[in-house]
Amino acid sequence: MFMFEKAVVGSRRYWTWLGFLAAVIAVGALCYWRQFQYGLGITGLSRDVTWGLYIAQFTFLVGVAASAVMVVLPYYLHNAKAFGKITILGEFLAISAVTMCMLFIFVDMGQPTRVLNVIRYPTPNSIMFWDMVSLGGYLLLNAIIALVSLTAERKGTDPPAWIKPVILLSIPWAVSIHTVTAFLYSGLPGRSFWLTAILAPRFLASAFASGPALLILLCMIIRRISSFDAGREATQKLALIVTYAMIINVFFFLMEIFTAFYSGIPEHKEHFVFLFAGLHGHAPLVPWMWASILLAAVSLVLLVVPRYRHSERVLVAACLTVFFSLWIDKGLGLIVGGFVPTPLGRVVEYWPTAPEIAITAAVWAVGFLILTVFYKIALSVRESLAARYQEA
Amino acid sequence: MSTNRRGFLGVAGGCALALAGKAAVEALSGGRPSATSTSRWAMVIDLAKCLKEQGCRKCVEACHRAHNVPTLPDPRHEVKWIWKESFEGAFPSEGGEHVREELRGSPVLVFCNHCDQPPCVRVCPTQATWKRAEDGVVMMDWHRCIGCRYCIAACPYGSRSFNWVDPRPYVSPLNAEYPTRTKGVVEKCTFCEERLERSQPPACVEACPAKALVFGDLRDPNSEVRRLLRTRYTIRRKPELGTLPQIYYIVA
Amino acid sequence: MRDRPIIITALVVFLALVTLPFWYNLARGQTARAPELKLPGAQLQCVAPVEYMRSSHMELLNDWRDQAVRRNLRRVTAFNGKVYRISLTNTCLALCHTSKAEFCDRCHNYSGAGTPYCWDCHNEPRVAQAALLPAHGRSQP
Repeated sequence: MFMFEKAVVGSRRYWTWLGFLAAVIAVGALCYWRQFQYGLGITGLSRDVTWGLYIAQFTFLVGVAASAVMVVLPYYLHNAKAFGKITILGEFLAISAVTMCMLFIFVDMGQPTRVLNVIRYPTPNSIMFWDMVSLGGYLLLNAIIALVSLTAERKGTDPPAWIKPVILLSIPWAVSIHTVTAFLYSGLPGRSFWLTAILAPRFLASAFASGPALLILLCMIIRRISSFDAGREATQKLALIVTYAMIINVFFFLMEIFTAFYSGIPEHKEHFVFLFAGLHGHAPLVPWMWASILLAAVSLVLLVVPRYRHSERVLVAACLTVFFSLWIDKGLGLIVGGFVPTPLGRVVEYWPTAPEIAITAAVWAVGFLILTVFYKIALSVRESLAARYQEA
Repeated sequence: MSTNRRGFLGVAGGCALALAGKAAVEALSGGRPSATSTSRWAMVIDLAKCLKEQGCRKCVEACHRAHNVPTLPDPRHEVKWIWKESFEGAFPSEGGEHVREELRGSPVLVFCNHCDQPPCVRVCPTQATWKRAEDGVVMMDWHRCIGCRYCIAACPYGSRSFNWVDPRPYVSPLNAEYPTRTKGVVEKCTFCEERLERSQPPACVEACPAKALVFGDLRDPNSEVRRLLRTRYTIRRKPELGTLPQIYYIVA
Repeated sequence: MRDRPIIITALVVFLALVTLPFWYNLARGQTARAPELKLPGAQLQCVAPVEYMRSSHMELLNDWRDQAVRRNLRRVTAFNGKVYRISLTNTCLALCHTSKAEFCDRCHNYSGAGTPYCWDCHNEPRVAQAALLPAHGRSQP
């Protein structure tokens, strides 16, 4: 039913790639077993910095998951025909990203065997409860949409009429998953780095930059390794979305800088000072944050100038810089910056340990595995359809 | 009976909806039998009295010993329910360049404030922590905690500790009457609720040689805490955040 | 068919593997003997009928746990009218089931129910401590 038979035939390159992912997963799984036995003390986390690499990856990937809407919305609401062929790729990317999000939350939990307590004892006043609801719902939505669409495509028919409202529902739902994730942080009175109304808009802007950037890169890769071509119009439209989203994201960031530093309030300033200049002699993230700034600046130049954006090679570079700039921003800076300095004014350093990095890599590998398998299925379906038409 | 796929999915969806509805009704109606509020525990700490006992740690030892709080070698994994924080750390909005000499850097006893509007309770996804209606204690249920550490992120005072490793090897001496915790759960001061239940004051209050800790019921207008709050000026930690902490400090 | 020998062999191997738990335990000869328990001696009355304790002690423990921890109701009246103070260490183990190893563990290990994670946190009462306990568990108003 899920057309998985299409995923078990492939070229040597395909199996080598899957083998590599399996190896990364195996190493990470061993490290996770160790973490399960010993406790989260195996990570670099501490009494003062209680969320780190795992939760940061979760936050970044919710953004990537939400960005599927940037393909679905133009196609279904505004008839942007160019996106017709790649909505399925966006939906599979969303499934893969949401799965990674849930895995990152799972590996971060102190008592993961009790995870169902969140469902057994629903707590509507807790944003984490709503996060689970929205992520679970989004996963379900995208799974249904992708399955129904791909099955219809394979049969050569139109998808059933009832799928249209489901697809339309996924659009506000995508916005909601990242808004709820931002709410996890932006409602905490003790963490002034996160206690800003612009956090949710910033999350959405960076999501709509990093997600489509990744999607462009994936389309380029797919074009190399299969006969599927997303089309220049689609990639260029996506590139335009990335451009505007990145401009808005950088603008929002500059707004935060102004409020923090012009007001001069220490509680607001100090987190930025820690991240970008170092505080009380501690500056572990300074080179990373400035790298993120540099990458963002370069990406803006490469994206805004039409001659660069139209060139596919430069576009690849632009997408890479956008992705890594935002990965550092959200995947490193956001979480640690929120915890340092601590509510008691101390500066504590955090750096992930080797097992922590291995587990993180394994979760990413699971995501890429899911993505590879699903893309293989989708592309195989399309290739066999194309072959059939050629024969006819 | 014969059914098609559509019919089956419809019935299954209806059942799921009914189950979800039941859970929702239970959740929204509170789920716990409501207890009437009979007392409101609070504490008044006289910093001057505490300062007189230089280097004293009797309250910390009494608390940690009674509750099997572990002593971990790695400072990153430290677990503490009560400790002495610097004046500037406990009260970031006080102090400054010209603060009184004896207060500068002086130790202030800090622990869970058992806030009236606790952000930690607001964020807990499983109600593993909650504010008791009958006496205002912010409680912990270590059977339910999933170790997500959202409460630690929410607490503006750093009152909570997470068990990064199994604490048992580091509990010495063990008080067998009180449980330890296990790895992967968050813990904090519970106002000695197990002693309150036996009508005993908290361990720290009992252990203080200077009688600097005064514990009592805010509902009782004749209690010592009410008398102190009426006659002395007190400050609380970060009152501007709206948490309504119930630990009051006499500074002067 | 050509594959008949392979299929039959594989079926036999599969059946052997899937019934492994049964004939392995039979061969070890341990299934016939039930574990010998050191029954609680001090208090001759149980907090619940024996059959209920046998079948549902875990439910009782969960109920008492929620009652004590979450609802702050620490005193419970047993079916025999006695009032007990809820405490795994200071009542259940201190008064009645004094030897975890000779009572609880014997059945749990035999049946494969394993070690419930209660013991990750709750302690077994020290003998000296048990002697020091005041009127816990005895009939209280």
